[in-house]
This record gives sequence, structure tokens and C-alpha cells, in this order.
Amino acid sequence: MSDAAPSRERSERMLRIARVVLPSAIALASLVAWEAVVRVNAIPHYILPGPLMIAKTLWTDWGTLQPALLVTLRITFLALAVAVVGGFALAVLFAQSEWIELSFFPYAVILQVTPIIAIAPLILIYVDNTHVAILICAWIVAFFPILSNTTLGLHSADHNLVNLFQLYGASRWQVLRYLRIPAAMPYFLGGLRIAGGLSLIGSVVAEFAAGTAGQGSGLAFRILESGYRLNIPRMFAALALISFTGILIFVLFTAISHLALRRWHESAVKREN
Amino acid sequence: MADPRLARPLVRLDKVDKRFASGVLALAGLDLAIGQHEFLTLLGPSGCGKSTALRLIAGLGDPTGGRIEWPDPEAHTRRDIGFVFQEPTLMPWATVFDNVYLPLRLQRVGRKQAERDVTAAIAMVGLEGFARAYPRELSGGMKMRVSIARALVTRPRLLLMDEPFAALDEITRFKLNNDVMELWRSQSWTVVFVTHSVFESVYLSSRIVVMAPRPGRIVAEHRIDAAYPRDEEFRTSTVYNEYCRTISRSLARAMQEQPA
Repeated sequence: MSDAAPSRERSERMLRIARVVLPSAIALASLVAWEAVVRVNAIPHYILPGPLMIAKTLWTDWGTLQPALLVTLRITFLALAVAVVGGFALAVLFAQSEWIELSFFPYAVILQVTPIIAIAPLILIYVDNTHVAILICAWIVAFFPILSNTTLGLHSADHNLVNLFQLYGASRWQVLRYLRIPAAMPYFLGGLRIAGGLSLIGSVVAEFAAGTAGQGSGLAFRILESGYRLNIPRMFAALALISFTGILIFVLFTAISHLALRRWHESAVKREN
Repeated sequence: MADPRLARPLVRLDKVDKRFASGVLALAGLDLAIGQHEFLTLLGPSGCGKSTALRLIAGLGDPTGGRIEWPDPEAHTRRDIGFVFQEPTLMPWATVFDNVYLPLRLQRVGRKQAERDVTAAIAMVGLEGFARAYPRELSGGMKMRVSIARALVTRPRLLLMDEPFAALDEITRFKLNNDVMELWRSQSWTVVFVTHSVFESVYLSSRIVVMAPRPGRIVAEHRIDAAYPRDEEFRTSTVYNEYCRTISRSLARAMQEQPA
């Protein structure tokens, strides 16, 4: 055991380092190869800009891109916030009454399975304010994973624990507060991670739709606009920002989920055998 | 035969029937009086309704026939019943302290106010120093101890235990048998214990009720008059073996009984 412990520690440390180093090395190698291909073949930047050019554009066009990034971020997080509050509240309502769940759940599903790109033009027609319209689109996409995951979680409390609460005369509110909501946390956080990515997708898709119907100033609109002007480096720069935002959201919610569950949930607990 | 403790029992089941929504008759005409400070075991094969009877006594569901009476109305408050399930049934997101605190929290006792009782209950089952641990950090036996501490924290008069040690290894089970028996002797409780182990029932009980399945009913009753405290010596004694043989035969007869 005394021999095994340090070697296991060493292999764990190696794994931790590899987790960062390997993907970074591959990313770096691809960027270098990309830059080389562009330079060796003298590909014009309006067809395919190299990564250095894109980085330069990010720097020089920051004045245009930064406000667009802020708009996209604001819509994404606002939509997510409304989706979290709405999805969670509706899930709690569903958990309180089977009748409500039976009545409304199919509509939530219909909202989810209809592609947002098909609904967005209609919403943009009926809602005057473009920002609000985009927000609604992003919300529609983000809200379902929260609702369905949280509903599942609220229903999955241990049956014997429910009996125990009943035995001690717990009120409906106490069962919800001390049993159902904690039991639903891992499910809710899983839904949140999906919804974070989806709200970004929703806001980008809606912006694309809005870009033709009205005025917009988010990152997606910048991509459209750069396309019209054949400003391909800026297109790539905007695309890179959207990707970064997506990665950032994913990392953020993974971290939140880990912090919330690390003491007790199997998904976040490190096993020692 | 007349037990003075049964003259004024803690709880009396009077011709209790339980038929589930599926149509299955789980209990038929169950007559049972549980005396103060008894250690009563319901013994029987799977499906004989012993757990159902326990749940009815706890108030988890109502009988479909007959009555459950509490002669002393004061004894029948929620505070006065503790329940230990077959599984530890702990909240994995809560510490040992919070798990044990749960019954008091549900009765709206403040955390500060409850602290002494919770700490005492944790100490009673020998888990001092583990108050801040999470269930997943504990062994199976320790989780069961937490479950017992949670049942004790309200200082119940009646402790209902539904095959609490069935999933544990024998060494842990013996240890917990001794601990529960000690706690029962030192506190003024009544215990109703459900098991399908003849040996466990003889070791612990002051009275054993043997049940037969389909539908669940009582077919025999045995008093175990061996003196407490009982220990390893008792477990290896001739008297213990005699009791085990008698109860085993009784159980075998119960299993051969034709449906009533």
C-alpha cells in the first residue's frame, strides 16, 4: 500500500497535466498548420485568413466587436436567467399537482421540438422590439432542459424518505424545501449546463433571423454584415468570440455544478479505488 | 400467560385488514396488543405482511378494516414514534448532523435549540466525531447507526424497526443488535422489530409473533423469558438453542399453513 500510494498519486498528477497539455498541444499544432497552409499557398485573406490575421482583426476591430459581444452576452444570460426561473418554477408547480403537469407538459414539448429557426421570423413580426424578440427565441430554446430535468429530479426523491417526512407530519412546503429540491439539484444542474449552451445558440439563431428583418448589433449580426462586405477575417473573429463565449458558459456551469455537488453526489465525488 | 404489560397496552390492533389497491389482501384480521416497554418481534417469511403491519402502526396508510387504538392518547403523537427502515434512507446531500436533526427540523425546532438533542443522539449510537461527515463517507453499519440516531432524536416511546440489519454483514449485525438492546434497556422504550431471522429475533425479543403469508396473519406467539442483559454467552447457550429450535419449528409450520 505504501508503494502503491505514491505511484497512484504520480499517475493522477500526470493525468491532470495531460488533460490540459494534450488538447492545448493539438490546438497549437492545428493553428500552426493552418497558418502554414495559408502562407505557403498564398491564399488571399478574403478567402481564408490565417489565425494571426484573425487575431489581428480581433485587436483592430475590437471597437466594433466588443459592443456586439456584450449584446450577445446580455441576451444569452438574460434568456438563461428567465429560463432558469421560469423552468424551475414550472417544474415545482408540476411536482405539486399531477393535473397541472398532465395539462401543460405536452405544450412544453411542442415548444421544444419545433425548430427555433422556424418560429423566429414569426416572433420577429409580432414583437416590435427586436431585442425582446431575440430574448424570447433564446428563452424558448433554453427553458425546456431546465423544466424537464428539474421535473424529473423533483419526482425522483427516495420513496422511503417521502414516507419518513410523512411520518413526522411534514408540510408540503417542507417536503419540497428539504427533500424534493435537494434531490432535484443534480438534475437541475445538468439541465442548466445544457440550457447555457442552448441559450447562446438560441440568441445567435434569432439574431440571424432578425438580421434580415430588422436592425441588430449582436455577434451574429456582425457575421452577417461581414459576409455581405466580404470581410472574412472579421467573420472569423466574430465566430471565435462566439465559440469562446460558448466554452466560457460551459466551463462556468461545470464549475458551479461541481462546487454544488462535490460533497455528496456520485457524479462529482472522486473515488479512491 | 397474562402479561401485566398487556393489560393497558401502548397500542392495540383490533381485527386489522389491509387490502392494497391492486386487490392483494396483505393483512387479514390482525389482533395484536403491544405492551409498554416490550421488545416485540414480528417474524415471518417474505410477503407475510409484517412490514405492512409496521407501516400501519406508524400511520403510513390506513387499515381497510378493523382499528388501531392508542389507549393513552398522549402516546400517539408524531413525536412519539421513531421509524428505522431496511435501508439507512439518509439524505445524501446532508451531513450526519442534518440527517439526525431532520425530525426536529420538521417539527420546527430551531437548530440551536435542537443541537443538544442531536449531538446526544449521535453520541448514543457511537458516532461522536462524525457529525459533519456525509453519508457516502460512512460504512453500511455507520449509515444504519445514523438512521437509528435519527429515529431516537425525538425520544420516541415507540421505536419501529423494519428489518434494519438485513443488509449488513454478520459482525456488524451482532454489534448493532447489542447496541439496540442496550439502548432499549436503558431508555423506556417499546420496540417493534421486523425480521425474518429466527436467531436475531430470539436474541433480542421479549416476545415473538410468528406470521404466515397470503394473507398476512398471526399464527403463533412465543415469550422469550431469558433475562437481560443478553450477550455472547446467551448466544451460545443451550437455552438460546432451545428457543431457536422452537421458533424455527413454529416458523416452518407457519410457512406450511394453507391460506385461510
